Amino acid sequence: MLEVIHSLLFSTLDAAPALIFAALGAVLSERAGVIAVGMEGMMRVGAFCAAVAALTMPTPLAVVMGMLAGAALAGVHGFLSIRWRSDQVVSGIALNLVALAGGTFLLESLYGPNGTPPIQQLTRWNLPGLSAVPVLGALSGHSAPTYLALLLPFAFQGLLTRTPLGLRLRAVGDKPQAVATLGLSVSALRWGAVLGSGLLAGLGGAVLSTAVLDRFEQHTPAGLGFMALAAMVFGRWTPVGAFLAATFFAFGNALRIGLVSSAPGLVELIPQGVLLALPYLLTLGVLTLQGQRSSAPAALGTPYEQESR
Amino acid sequence: MHRGELLAVVGENGAGKSSLMNVLYGLYQPDAGVLSLDGQPVRFKSPRDAIARGIGMVHQHFMLVPTLSVAENVVLGREPTRHGLLDLERAVREVSATCARFGFQLEPRARVDTLSVGSQQKVEIVKALHRGAQVLILDEPTAVLTPQESDELARVMRGLVAQGHTVVLISHKLKEVLGVADRIAVMRRGRCVAEVRAADTTAEQLAALMVGEGPRAPAAAAPASAVSQAPGEPLLDVRGLQATGDNGRPALRGVDLEVRAGEIVGIAGVDGNGQRELAEVLTGLRSLTSGSGTLLGGPLGGLTPAQARTRGVGHIPEDRHHRAVVKALSVEENVALGRHTRPPFAKGPWIDFKGRRERTRALTVAYDVRPPDPEVALRALSGGNQQKVVVARELDARPRLLVVVQPTRGLDVGAVAQVHAKLREARDQGTGVLLVSLDLEEVLALSDRVYVFFEGRVTGHFPRHAFDERELGRRMLGTLEPGHA
Repeated sequence: MLEVIHSLLFSTLDAAPALIFAALGAVLSERAGVIAVGMEGMMRVGAFCAAVAALTMPTPLAVVMGMLAGAALAGVHGFLSIRWRSDQVVSGIALNLVALAGGTFLLESLYGPNGTPPIQQLTRWNLPGLSAVPVLGALSGHSAPTYLALLLPFAFQGLLTRTPLGLRLRAVGDKPQAVATLGLSVSALRWGAVLGSGLLAGLGGAVLSTAVLDRFEQHTPAGLGFMALAAMVFGRWTPVGAFLAATFFAFGNALRIGLVSSAPGLVELIPQGVLLALPYLLTLGVLTLQGQRSSAPAALGTPYEQESR
Repeated sequence: MHRGELLAVVGENGAGKSSLMNVLYGLYQPDAGVLSLDGQPVRFKSPRDAIARGIGMVHQHFMLVPTLSVAENVVLGREPTRHGLLDLERAVREVSATCARFGFQLEPRARVDTLSVGSQQKVEIVKALHRGAQVLILDEPTAVLTPQESDELARVMRGLVAQGHTVVLISHKLKEVLGVADRIAVMRRGRCVAEVRAADTTAEQLAALMVGEGPRAPAAAAPASAVSQAPGEPLLDVRGLQATGDNGRPALRGVDLEVRAGEIVGIAGVDGNGQRELAEVLTGLRSLTSGSGTLLGGPLGGLTPAQARTRGVGHIPEDRHHRAVVKALSVEENVALGRHTRPPFAKGPWIDFKGRRERTRALTVAYDVRPPDPEVALRALSGGNQQKVVVARELDARPRLLVVVQPTRGLDVGAVAQVHAKLREARDQGTGVLLVSLDLEEVLALSDRVYVFFEGRVTGHFPRHAFDERELGRRMLGTLEPGHA
């Protein structure tokens, strides 16, 4: 039994960081008032660029490349939604489509349909004292992003609630006009948040291809970017809430994999497709339960126009 | 403008008052001309420059973040920190000190969305003073206040002037301006047409200056028409009405009221005390949770908007762009909305283009819609003319009960007078009118009876001969128990 719990926890901790980073990115963008539908696309671009970069450079540096790629795509979103005040949902969906089609095109023309060549994965760290302890030992043996993903949500929460910058970010998401009349720049704050969300989504994608897998695959990130949005909503737009929700979703996924491998008979009872859909069904169920108790930023999705009052 | 003086800027809507102030505050850039402060020409690239030079502004629509506390709102943009972290304790202390210095009573830790409108306005003023504002600009500050709150604000403004601050008050309420200002500048069509000392002028003179020498009568002086003939049959009769607001909390907590044919019944109250929800229940847009009522011969429970229309309820909603018109459609298409399947707007399954155009043309003339062109897109019309289209459409349907919410918000005096005249005319022809307005003057000018709402209950009921502004104000603030209704 302990072993089962250990392996469930271990694979949760392995898979969760990608989702956690993307969910934090979504929180950052939306708290500043910019809808983050483009997470999926930014993750995909990050995953692809990290995998390709890792072919020629050390993997940690490749992860940084993935983050920058995510931020670059976020920059397009920023231009469309902040500079040109276009519809943020449409802009985000467009980014997702571009990333989906562009990723497939580049992958197939450069490396063929089976994914990029394998790369050196990020180093896993063994925590000597910890690995022998039951259950807690699951904390040992992960790569750096896992540990970052456990710390970052709390740091981000602190930033949002305890610093002047955080106060301004919350204000710009709820009432940008108030921020503008105090002589602060609405667009600078929103630009910062959108680029930051791109870095985080890119990091999430890069983690997928350098820590969870060892290459970029055709379907990466397979809806994780949308699940990150669900985690953000479920976590009520708070960093720690989104972190807990993302971890919960990742646990659901680990549970599915665990079920399939430990009880092969189950697969004959329940069709494989249903099992594959499990984490997504879980997400849907949770959002349905949460219902209307929403706490989205008041000015979410509204472009700030100086002359409209 | 001199130091330590209270200057009022008056003018009709669209005369350029707010634009001028936004230039002063650095939100807009002047196309030409020079701005001087203390004898030096200055140029504000953003509000930050204006704030740095000691100019503060209280906007007509509050610029407060509702989810933050009073202290957080006040320090936003120049937050006190300790080791790079936000020092909220110090913020609270600083804000308390500012409040104490200027005699405001505010709880710095309270969330802004829990405060009354009057208190929120004080937060706005404290926000400006906290930044060291010497010149304070207030844009239509009393539009949303009760008479008591307005008096309080006048005291606050005089107090600031006594301390050597300069206050600029933008308003179109002439009575109020005369009571509080030292000097009055009158604007018309983007120009300052006159500057007078408040002591040397009267409301009539100011009104004449505001509208120019044109033929229009100033609405401020429009007499309230004589009380209508004895009211007729009851159209609406509700007992113990309860309904839930958008936030899930009870908005109406047991309302009894009655509207009869041929009378205008006003609902007075501070924003957010259930008036909006009442209008929505009566037009079928919101369901009631408890209570009973008869509306034009049918039950009020389970009413749909379509049923409300067929029974003869007309609706002039509060937010015209949200609920009354489609800006992208033409005037004639907007006039047909809701009746588009019936003559003269339709012939069988087809649109009757000719009938629609003729009817619309007649209405634009009768209601003085400018330009009187049925084909022009509604968005090309000014706000006042858009509202006239709404009024024309609703009254043309000959409603038996007309539910009107804030019918003249944002309109200039000319349009206000026209809308008011049309409502009185409908009343005189036997329509029952339920008028919800946050503008107490409007309610008192039009209504034959007034109910006062506070926190979802009727806290007062006054027939026309017993109108008393003070008493109504007290009931709007809930400072009296429900009286002998």
